Amino acid sequence: MKKIEAIIKPFKLEEVKDALNAIGIQGMTITEVKGYGRQKGHKEIYRGAEYMVDFIPKIKMEIIVAQDIVDQAIDVIMKAANTNTIGDGKLFVLPVEQVIRVRTGEKGEEAI
Amino acid sequence: MKRKIMFIMSFVLWILTTNVFADDATINSGDTAWIIVSTALVMMMTPAGLALFYGGMSRTKNLLNTLAMTFVSYCIGSIIWVMWGYSLAFGPDIGGIIGAPTHLFMNGITVNSVSGTIPTFVFALFQMTFAGITVALILGSIVDRMKFSAWIIFSMLWVTVVYCPIAHWAWGGGWMGNMGALDFAGGNVVHINAGVAGLVLSLFLGKRLGYGKEAMFPSSVTLTALGAALLWFGWFGFNAGSELAADGIAASAFLVTNTSASMGAMAWMLTEWVVNRKPTVLGIASGAVAGLVAITPAAGFVNLPSSLVIGAVAGVLGFYCVAVLKHKLGYDDSLDAFGVHGMCGLWGALATGIFASPYINEAGTGLIYGNIGQLWIQIVSIVGTALYSGVATIVVILITQLLASGLRVTKEEEMQGLDNALHGERAFEL
Repeated sequence: MKKIEAIIKPFKLEEVKDALNAIGIQGMTITEVKGYGRQKGHKEIYRGAEYMVDFIPKIKMEIIVAQDIVDQAIDVIMKAANTNTIGDGKLFVLPVEQVIRVRTGEKGEEAI
Repeated sequence: MKRKIMFIMSFVLWILTTNVFADDATINSGDTAWIIVSTALVMMMTPAGLALFYGGMSRTKNLLNTLAMTFVSYCIGSIIWVMWGYSLAFGPDIGGIIGAPTHLFMNGITVNSVSGTIPTFVFALFQMTFAGITVALILGSIVDRMKFSAWIIFSMLWVTVVYCPIAHWAWGGGWMGNMGALDFAGGNVVHINAGVAGLVLSLFLGKRLGYGKEAMFPSSVTLTALGAALLWFGWFGFNAGSELAADGIAASAFLVTNTSASMGAMAWMLTEWVVNRKPTVLGIASGAVAGLVAITPAAGFVNLPSSLVIGAVAGVLGFYCVAVLKHKLGYDDSLDAFGVHGMCGLWGALATGIFASPYINEAGTGLIYGNIGQLWIQIVSIVGTALYSGVATIVVILITQLLASGLRVTKEEEMQGLDNALHGERAFEL
């Protein structure tokens, strides 16, 4: 099992979610985050006081996937989140040791 | 039979007509109703208008502290006024300097007392709302770093020692009014007074930690815009109500107030658009307030074309003082009480000396109608107000420092945020 952490542009959330649902991935967790990479921030001016805002709002999406559909999931996210501009985001794939469903106690791939 | 009917008819007519000439003969119900409403309008300007205007510009961690200081300013102004403030400002004149304590705790004023064409209680309460908002304006200079206990003590002393004398000078039979200085609704008494006091207090408190280096975002331009709109609404009571009557001059004051506000907003916005390439809502809201400040001393004296100029200049001047002058001179007048209220109040007081039209109000003739002397009188009143406000505020500050054991919060409290450190509250539960 793998965990995919995807940092994506906020307005792409619905598209990525729908694309993942279409290949059978029904659950996910999202967090509203801020960050920057190569995408530059912007300037805000309040009554003459100039501030550089470096951190840009993004969505962090976390999904746990079975080994056999990892590549498919990555593919789907890449297509849906892409806008061909700087700041589209990054994907991180991490190994997962165990998954347990709280209600029933199921473990492993059954709990995903 | 006919005679009986005639007798009864004339008796009824007599009853009806004599009621008009009853005990409170000089009370005009139209004037009274309007000034009662104006009082309520101006009251709203402090805990609602100004609180939100300032609160939205404060950092989120200090929003509630700003609201708290504004709210209690009005409460303190209300209480001090009815205890001794009214008497100091409007009691029998002593040497042109101050009012006698004849009316301490409103002593001697009854439900039958009349001031002009309105009950004295109404007049006193209307003036009270001015005292409340003037002291509240000062806190705009010092948000984010003052002890709450120090602010409470400061307010009590300041209304007594600084506001009341100046109000007496301009409106209560004191030397400024006697000299012929024109201040319709408080260019000197309110705006220059509060602006100078704010600057002085901000210099004593010192700059905020991280000022000039750290980003200090306003918590909510949304709240500030709403606050500005409430201030504009209330300002109709502030300016048009200062005629103390529901008449043509009040109507004229109403007209020029709205015009100046609109011009101020557009002028600030356009200036900002040119200089910073983006018009901001903060700029539009600030410009409206600048226009309102400037028209305050002039409201019942100037005609419409003058108000177009007064508002436009106020918008540009306000922008300059806030966006350029302050950063050049380096003082931390946090929310620009001096930049907007002080400086635009100064412009308004001068503009009154220039544009006052005897065709609007026979009480005032300005430069463009041939009276060069008025401008000089205005200058004298401005300097007198600024000097006294500065010096007396320093005295109040020194006493406050003693009584409150210091004015400023600790570094830790300042970094933590005053809402948490001083009030144990959060502005938002998100």
